[in-house]
Amino acid sequence: MMGAISTASDGFAIRAERVSRHFQMGETLIRAVDEVTLSIRKGEFVGLLGSSGSGKSTLLNLMAGLDRPTSGTMIAEGRNLAEMNSRELARYRNQTAGIVFQAFNLLPRMTLEENVELPLRLAEVDRGERAGRVREALERVHLGKRSAHRPGELSGGEQQRAAIARALVNRPTILFADEPTGNLDSATGEEILNLLREINQTLATTIVLVTHEQPLAERFAGRIAFMKDGKLAAA
Amino acid sequence: MKVRDLTELAARNLREAVLRNTLTTLGIGVGIASLVAMLSLGVGLQRLAAQRLERSGLFNAIFVRPNSNFRRFGGPPNPAPPEKSPPLDLKARQTMARLANVLQVYPQIRFLTEIRYAGNSYPTAVAGIPESDRASGAFDGMEGRFFSSPTADEAILQIGFAQRLARQPATLIGKQMTVRYAKREPLTAAESKKGSVNEGSSPSGAAAGFSIVLQETHLQIVGIVKTDPEGFGGFGEGQLLVPLDVAEALHATQVTDLRQVLQGASPQPTYAALTVRVTSPTQVPDVEATIKKMGFSTFSLLDTTRNLRLFFTVFDLLLGIFGGLALVVATLGIVNTLVMAILERRREIGVLKALGAADRDIRQLFFWEAGVMGLLGGVFGTGLGWAIGRALTFGTDIYLRRRDLPAVSVSFVPWWLALGAVVFAVGVSLLAGIYPATRAARLDPVEALRYE
Repeated sequence: MMGAISTASDGFAIRAERVSRHFQMGETLIRAVDEVTLSIRKGEFVGLLGSSGSGKSTLLNLMAGLDRPTSGTMIAEGRNLAEMNSRELARYRNQTAGIVFQAFNLLPRMTLEENVELPLRLAEVDRGERAGRVREALERVHLGKRSAHRPGELSGGEQQRAAIARALVNRPTILFADEPTGNLDSATGEEILNLLREINQTLATTIVLVTHEQPLAERFAGRIAFMKDGKLAAA
Repeated sequence: MKVRDLTELAARNLREAVLRNTLTTLGIGVGIASLVAMLSLGVGLQRLAAQRLERSGLFNAIFVRPNSNFRRFGGPPNPAPPEKSPPLDLKARQTMARLANVLQVYPQIRFLTEIRYAGNSYPTAVAGIPESDRASGAFDGMEGRFFSSPTADEAILQIGFAQRLARQPATLIGKQMTVRYAKREPLTAAESKKGSVNEGSSPSGAAAGFSIVLQETHLQIVGIVKTDPEGFGGFGEGQLLVPLDVAEALHATQVTDLRQVLQGASPQPTYAALTVRVTSPTQVPDVEATIKKMGFSTFSLLDTTRNLRLFFTVFDLLLGIFGGLALVVATLGIVNTLVMAILERRREIGVLKALGAADRDIRQLFFWEAGVMGLLGGVFGTGLGWAIGRALTFGTDIYLRRRDLPAVSVSFVPWWLALGAVVFAVGVSLLAGIYPATRAARLDPVEALRYE
């Protein structure tokens, strides 16, 4: 059973209510995310800013269903992720959320086409449909002609675009980007954020961008939320 | 994930670490090969023994004797003598021949004789050989040939005897020889009444005698056989073998004839023993019981074959254990390879999970990889095991030929062994994959993605 609807999802892509994520390190309790309440509307482009160790990536992992909160409720598209079992969370990550990482995380021995096809394989999409969906996703990120290349043959910017295509191929409603420009030069980083803004505007995909580069976030995100010491400083 | 996707991803992963996976697969292959080679040897030897015994006719034969003949020489007399046995004569033989599932009933004919060849005399023993012995295996690798027909005046010599006749026994083939023997002739009524001729009469005065007449016959030597006449499958010490029908037609006096006279039995000739051949070994118990009811003693080799099967079961088990040890080593190789693969592919597992792979998908992927390695190793190992078996057979052939013995196939891979070995390899590999697959499935995606 999918997570029970605990709050009406009207207009909200994500609602975090007093969400905490604590880690026990020996005798020390680390409050990576501490009682955070945050709402993100559907179609919003939210920048989550904060210094290193502020808890912004941990909060993103909780919203993306990669991790479970220690306490609180995390409602995504009307379902409480905290109540989902691992299989339901996997389906959420496959169907509802798309995730882009700083390190691209493309599988190096697969071509771009094969990398982008992976979420479709996991979703058991018919083979006949897959090629079209992969082509569409790669063309959206302007990599239609590089589909047969392996990640190692591409620049950092191209690899990140391929990772975005992979995140989009299952047509998610929320796209989570964890420092997507962290491994790129500023011009390429800007290019990537332009692409995310284009996706946000044309597909109405909700975008949650984690970054520590405030000027970039201020230029592209519609709203900024600040994290400090595991708490939401301002939203 | 769908089966085809799982297969493709598993095959891709196996190709990516081709050296390590090939070595692991070879390990499984060698384990399976040793198992197959060992068991094929067991099966081959069992098959060889069964074929030899079946061809010898010992499995589907019942040996019949009159009850009184079963007292052991030198042993204590039977505490309760059996009921008087009916004579084992022509009438009894015909009755047995009419029983259901009986193929043939023939007597054991052995008598002493003297051979005249090239002006010299050689005493020896003659044995009558039934036509069914042609395929018994006792005549495999003989020089010359078997009798052209059941009534041909032909003889086959045992090598030891042939060497006494000529330095180069092969030169004897095609030659004629003279056989002198004591023919048994029934007494005429008048002779019997007089009671003074040769081997006398019964105490009761009933006619129970015969006269012995020296006779000669000529036989052509057609073959020389190497089987030891006193060994297993031999000819009851016979060194001169003639067709059974020919031996019977000679009416030669046999040792039992004297006993018959002394016992004052029927004047009709009786047999020391009869061999009853039935259609298949499964018919032996029924026919044997019927003959026992007729008042005769019987003996068959069924019990011996049961022991033989027990021996081969234990033999197979031991061979299987030795082969299995190699497979245990191969299994540890699979576990090691897959555990190493988890460490190496930690980040990949994290990525797959981030993209929506469920624990089950990861588990299945690792299982599939183990299964594919098992399948390839199983097929390769079965082939290698078969080849090892062939090599053993080849080596044995050379060894046997050097000793002038007929070639035999010591190893045999039946279809069930080949199929079973492949299934077993896949099964063992899947079993070996349980731990690594479960461990991989349980990886925390956040931890896995953090791994460099």
